[in-house]
Amino acid sequence: MTGEPSGESPVSDGGRTTAYTIRLELDDEPGELLSALGPIAEHGGNLLSIFHERGNVTPRGRIPVEVDLESHPEQFETIVQALREAGMNVVQAGREEYGEEVTVLLVGHVIDTDLSDTLDRIETSAGASVTDVALSAPEGTEEVSSARLRVATERDHTDAVLASIRTIADEKDLHVIEPQLDRGGEH
Amino acid sequence: MRLAVLGAGAVGRSVLELAGEYGHDVVAIADSSSAAIADGSAGTGEGNGGLAAETVLERKDAAGVVGDADPADALAADYDVLVEATPTTLDDAEPGFGHCEAALERDRDVVLANKGPVAERYADLRALEADSEGSVRFEATVAGAIPAVSTIEDYGPETIEAARGVLNGTANFVLTRMAAEGLGYEHVLAEAQDLGVAEADPSFDVEGTDAALKCVIMANVLTGGEPEFTLEDADVEGILNVPGSALELATEENRTVRLIGEATREGVRVGPRLVPENSPLAVSGTRNIVQLDTEHAGRLNLSGRGAGGAETATAVLADVGRLGD
Repeated sequence: MTGEPSGESPVSDGGRTTAYTIRLELDDEPGELLSALGPIAEHGGNLLSIFHERGNVTPRGRIPVEVDLESHPEQFETIVQALREAGMNVVQAGREEYGEEVTVLLVGHVIDTDLSDTLDRIETSAGASVTDVALSAPEGTEEVSSARLRVATERDHTDAVLASIRTIADEKDLHVIEPQLDRGGEH
Repeated sequence: MRLAVLGAGAVGRSVLELAGEYGHDVVAIADSSSAAIADGSAGTGEGNGGLAAETVLERKDAAGVVGDADPADALAADYDVLVEATPTTLDDAEPGFGHCEAALERDRDVVLANKGPVAERYADLRALEADSEGSVRFEATVAGAIPAVSTIEDYGPETIEAARGVLNGTANFVLTRMAAEGLGYEHVLAEAQDLGVAEADPSFDVEGTDAALKCVIMANVLTGGEPEFTLEDADVEGILNVPGSALELATEENRTVRLIGEATREGVRVGPRLVPENSPLAVSGTRNIVQLDTEHAGRLNLSGRGAGGAETATAVLADVGRLGD
């Protein structure tokens, strides 16, 4: 059995949806976050995650918020425009936030050990974005199975992200098959 | 040169058979229980003073011994180069290490195919070499016929940033077949054993130990032994935790899984890694590859046969040739 979770995973090929990250700076006022998210849904964006850095205030006294979403590229333009028109301070928009993308395999009782929790922890503790998940469990979900994750990391943070994934996997008794990173010599 | 060969397995036998072609005489060969010492009546090489390979090997096949002499006689024979091709042992690396010691104390050269002394006691071996007129070479310990060690030495170890590769043909054969045929580990292992690609006890190969020893040796060459690495310093994972489902997911994205060993001046890591199917590292079957990242000349990929009697003997005899330089 090979399946991707109900087509929710963003893919970047064939004119379909793409994953984007938007960094906003919001005024510390009630309702600000909600009014920021409105334009995203209105223009067909699919919210993936919101990272609200309460307690971390910019020099101008605003609160930074990181929003991961998926949409068609043209929709994304509209969303960013709508946010700006609504008075939001969009500091960064687009895929540039994540400089590198790596694929890792997790092997073991991937499903029994709560895959969605595993993914959440990778996103929060590793500061990475899981942009694609595929599963293969030919022996059934209670036996050893494998998951393939595509993980977007900030530039030069890949080693740290892989180290975090190893730690999270260790705690769940999962094995990580890491990518052989190509650095140093040319291909 | 006059060679004494310790070990009459695939490598020792091939050295005996091929030495003449390279202009050398094998004047003594020993297995674990017996030895044959040349009496000067027949020759394998120019000097015509060596053992006749056919006679020795026929006797080994028929009677299980190479000759009537004691193994210790081979070590004491009148040779220029000791070829240490006994099975690799860990920790104190005996008896291989003791053989090297005996030869160096007599100011003879040593060429190793046995990984134990170079992986586990690199500094000790180099210290013995420093006190001897003889020198130590060990190209055959890493990736069979592929000139890994000598290339690192020729380029200058300080100019090599990393040495990595697929260094175990058995593990690579298993991964290749699992991915290509969608077969399980046990099935493919049994097939490999039938083909003679895997040993009856494949743990040394599939647990990553063999690849790790080769990387430890390369790491020692990179640092010159300071710091010194042994197997204990290596971070090693084998291929036992790579199920067919993982290979299937890799294949879907035009990737595959290879057991990759990597040596740098910081240490050694061996484990299954995702690599693109079109990567030079994605060699198939029993083929090996050594990839060197050089400081000034980019990346060097050396691939070829990483195991086998004649292949490893070729590396041994290349080392013997280098001694003459």
